Parts: sequence; structure tokens; C-alpha cells
Amino acid sequence: MVSLTRTAPRVLPGFSLSLGVTVLFVTLIILLPLSGLMWQLAQLSPGDYLKVMTSRRVLVALKVTLSAAALATLVNAVFGLLLAWALVRYRFAGRGLLDALVDIPFALPTAVAGIALVALYDKSGWIGGMLADLDIKIAYTWWGIVIAMVFTSVPFAVRAIQPAIEELDPDEEAAALTLGANGVQRFTRVILRPLLPSILTGVVLSFVRSLGEFGAVIFIAGNLPFKTEIASLLILIRLDEFDYPAAAAIAGTLLGLSLLLLIVVNLVQARLYRYLRTEG
Amino acid sequence: MARIVLISLSFLFVTLVIAVPVAAVFHRAFSEGVATYVANILDEETLLAIRLTVLTALIVLPLNVIFGVAAAWLIARYRFFGRRALLIIIEAPFAISPIVAGLCFLLVYGAYGPVGGALAPYGMQLMFNLTGIVLVSLFVTCPFVVRELLPVLMVTGEDEEKAAITLGANGWHLFRFVILPNISWALVYGVVLTAARAMGEFGAVSVVAGSIRGETMTLPLQIELLYNDYNATGAFAAATVLTALALLTLVLRGILNRFGPKKGHV
Repeated sequence: MVSLTRTAPRVLPGFSLSLGVTVLFVTLIILLPLSGLMWQLAQLSPGDYLKVMTSRRVLVALKVTLSAAALATLVNAVFGLLLAWALVRYRFAGRGLLDALVDIPFALPTAVAGIALVALYDKSGWIGGMLADLDIKIAYTWWGIVIAMVFTSVPFAVRAIQPAIEELDPDEEAAALTLGANGVQRFTRVILRPLLPSILTGVVLSFVRSLGEFGAVIFIAGNLPFKTEIASLLILIRLDEFDYPAAAAIAGTLLGLSLLLLIVVNLVQARLYRYLRTEG
Repeated sequence: MARIVLISLSFLFVTLVIAVPVAAVFHRAFSEGVATYVANILDEETLLAIRLTVLTALIVLPLNVIFGVAAAWLIARYRFFGRRALLIIIEAPFAISPIVAGLCFLLVYGAYGPVGGALAPYGMQLMFNLTGIVLVSLFVTCPFVVRELLPVLMVTGEDEEKAAITLGANGWHLFRFVILPNISWALVYGVVLTAARAMGEFGAVSVVAGSIRGETMTLPLQIELLYNDYNATGAFAAATVLTALALLTLVLRGILNRFGPKKGHV
């Protein structure tokens, strides 16, 4: 976040021009479309909303999406911490390459990510072929959805945790060691605790991204209703049926959940920092 | 010991989860030989999709640069009511899922929405054509330029700018000779990120593009179309174009990081 505390008396020209351009753009491109969704939602009675959201197909889609996102986020929390740690603390051959590879999911269009994962995990793919011999199927199952979500959101976890590790003081770890802390104590109390706020940020960003991910998932998901259909796809299906209220209800729920998580993490963050400071 | 284990695990994870899938795209694209690959790339529909994708980016980029410079300048240099809220609103597109974003546009600018409905009697249609694709692309890319420029503007140049004004520079001279040199690197960086995202967006575009063959198919949509048409090799060939673009983005970013001035991230 950028600090917003600088004061500037208005000697500089261009206030009304930049204000005009910004307000016009923000209104047409962000506010108006978002209020369109709100408006559509407002026309739904609570009963209609519940009817849409409690239909079995929607419930299963939400369950599939939430559970896959949860597992993907767990994987990303563990490997995000591991990758961030290796990148910050160690100097080794190929570190620059590793650093660059972590950013690929940011840069790669999601449709390409989806088709890339299919190329790898379907029965003629390198990994999919090997697993088929063992009778394990990943492509077109729930596990495929998880892998797609891991792929697209792992950089969020790594990049959220990295700066916090940079700020850790290696001297404290050494001190803990000389004071007789064992490996587990050292890890949980000296390393993990101060990193908690940033791990939390990484986890929430990763989860929110996974909830909304579409392109990467639909290629590998198989998209069977009641089985491997994600919530975003169901929105698109309702749209194709011109059932705008149902599409808006599902979309509003996803959006509300994402925003709620982001707001909660910001609030918790502030408390956590205060707590860690008074404890330390 | 821990060091070796952690580094090996990192490489193993990144190789398996990220590098191998990317390699698999190229492997599949060339699986029927170079000639088939070239034929797939030169396929008429694929070329049209590439053309539309580039055209979209060319329209989105200047609009986003104008908005990005204006918004960053506004937020960095002036204090006004709603400044914080503005920053949050500009960042919002990053938190909104692509399908939800596409739906929002359809609800307002589509034929049944308030704006789209009002324009329909005049024969103007905003969705399911290039306009729709451009509008959602503007939405998904609008935070990039602002985000890059804002930190730079926060740490540089206000005194120089005031000096220039006192010495009689007009607004254009101020921008051209004082502000632009300060922000040029960050601007290039923002443009690279915007271009990459504008050409690669799939979900939001798929909602508003209407999927008219050879007309409103951007390259990411064309990949899906080919794949669903059981022309997997063609889909992988088209995907290599976007993959190359993504890798180019990363290389450009690396170059800008190495040779550009240190960024003023706070």
C-alpha cells in the first residue's frame, strides 16, 4: 500500500482535468457495471434468492468450488512459505530462474494455463499417462480443479510472504538456538509467529483468486453438473439461459464472499500486528 | 542439510507445477511436426483471432495510459474528499472474478440493461462486439498503470514541478519535460503488464464477446473453440503464441527491473 499522508496545496495545474478523466473512467468502467449487479440483486426477493442458492446444482457447485479452493490454498500456504523462504534466505545456482518461474502463473493467460494442465494431466500427457497406469485420474476430476487453482494462485502466496521473511531478524533465530530452543520451537515461535500476518494475507489472496478462477479450471474440470462444475461456470450457464436473476444471485454471493474475506483479513491484520508488537 | 532439502523441494514444486505444464504446451503443439504447427498458426480463423487480440490491446492501451496518468497524478498530488475510496475502487477489479466482471457489464451495457437498452433504439450495440471486448478489457487492466505510477509520483518531483510552474511552464510543458521523464520507466512497466493482461483475458471476455466465429473470437477464446472442436493440436499451437507473449513479458520485466531506476515502492 502507498502512504497517502502527503499534503499538497493546489499550486499544480491539472486538478480538474485529472479529476474529470478519472471520475469519468471510474464511473463508466467500474462503478456503473458493479451497480448493475447490485441493481439486479436488489430486484430479487429474499425468497427468490434463497430458491436459486439452495437448488442442488448451485449447492454442489459451491461445495466443489469452496473445497477445491480450500485445498489449493492449503497447498499454496505450505509451498508458498517454502518457496519464499528459499528465495530470501539462500543464495544458490538457479535462484533467479526459480524467482522468474514463480511469476509465470501471473503472466500466463488463464486459458493457456488451463490447456497446459490438460496437456500434462490427460491420459496422453506426461504425468496423466503415468498416473493412468496406476489407475489414478486427475484430469476431468475434482483433483484437476485443485491443481488448476494451485497453479494460478501460488504466486500470490509467495509474493505476500516474501517481504515479511526479508524483515525477519536472523539474529533472533540464532539467539533462540543458543538459548536452547529446539527446531520445532524455533520454527513456531521465532519464525512462524512474526510471519503469521503475511501468511494470512497470502492465504486469503490465494483463496479469493481460486474462488473466482475460471479459464484455468474449465479446461481440466470436465464440467459435469453435480460433479465437477464450478460456481463461475454455473453463472455462465445461467446467462446463456437468459436467467439473469439466477446468474446475478450466484455472482453476488461469490463477490460478497470475496470482498468480505478481504475486509476481514485487513481488520484481523491490524489487530495481529498490534498483538505481536505488544508481545514482542 | 535443511538448506539442500528446502531448495530441492522448491525446485521440484516449481518444475512440476509450473515449468512442466508450459513445456507440455510446446510439446503438444509440435507433436505433429513443424509443418502442421505452421499451418495451424496460419489458419485463417487463428490469424483473425490474433488480429482482434492485438487490435483490442491497441485500443485499450492508450485509454488506460490516459486514465492511469490522470488517476495517479490526482491521487499523488491533491487531497480531496473520497481520495482513499477512489484508490480502493481502482484496485477493485483485481479482487473481482472474471466471470462476475463480465456479468456486471452485460447487466448494464447489454440490450436488457439500462445503458444498453437506452442505446438500442439508435442502433447502437455495446456488447457481443469489439466495444464489449474493449470495455471489459479496460476493467480488468485498469489498476496496472495507476499502481506502477503512484509509488513513483509519491516519492519524486513535487518541488521540481512547482519550480517549473513558478518559472512559467504551462501544463503541457510541465507534463512533457518534468513529469514524464520521472515516470517513464514506471509507465513502460505498467504498459507491458496492461498489454499482457489485455491480450490474455479469457473469462470476462468470454461473457461479453458472444463467440461469433471469425468475428469476436480473441486468441484465448479461439484456443477454447479449437480445443472443443477436437483440434487439440491447433489449440496448443495457438496457445504457444500467448505463452511466448507471457514469457516475453517476464523477460521485459526482468530487463526493466535490472536496468531501470530502482522503484520507489513504499
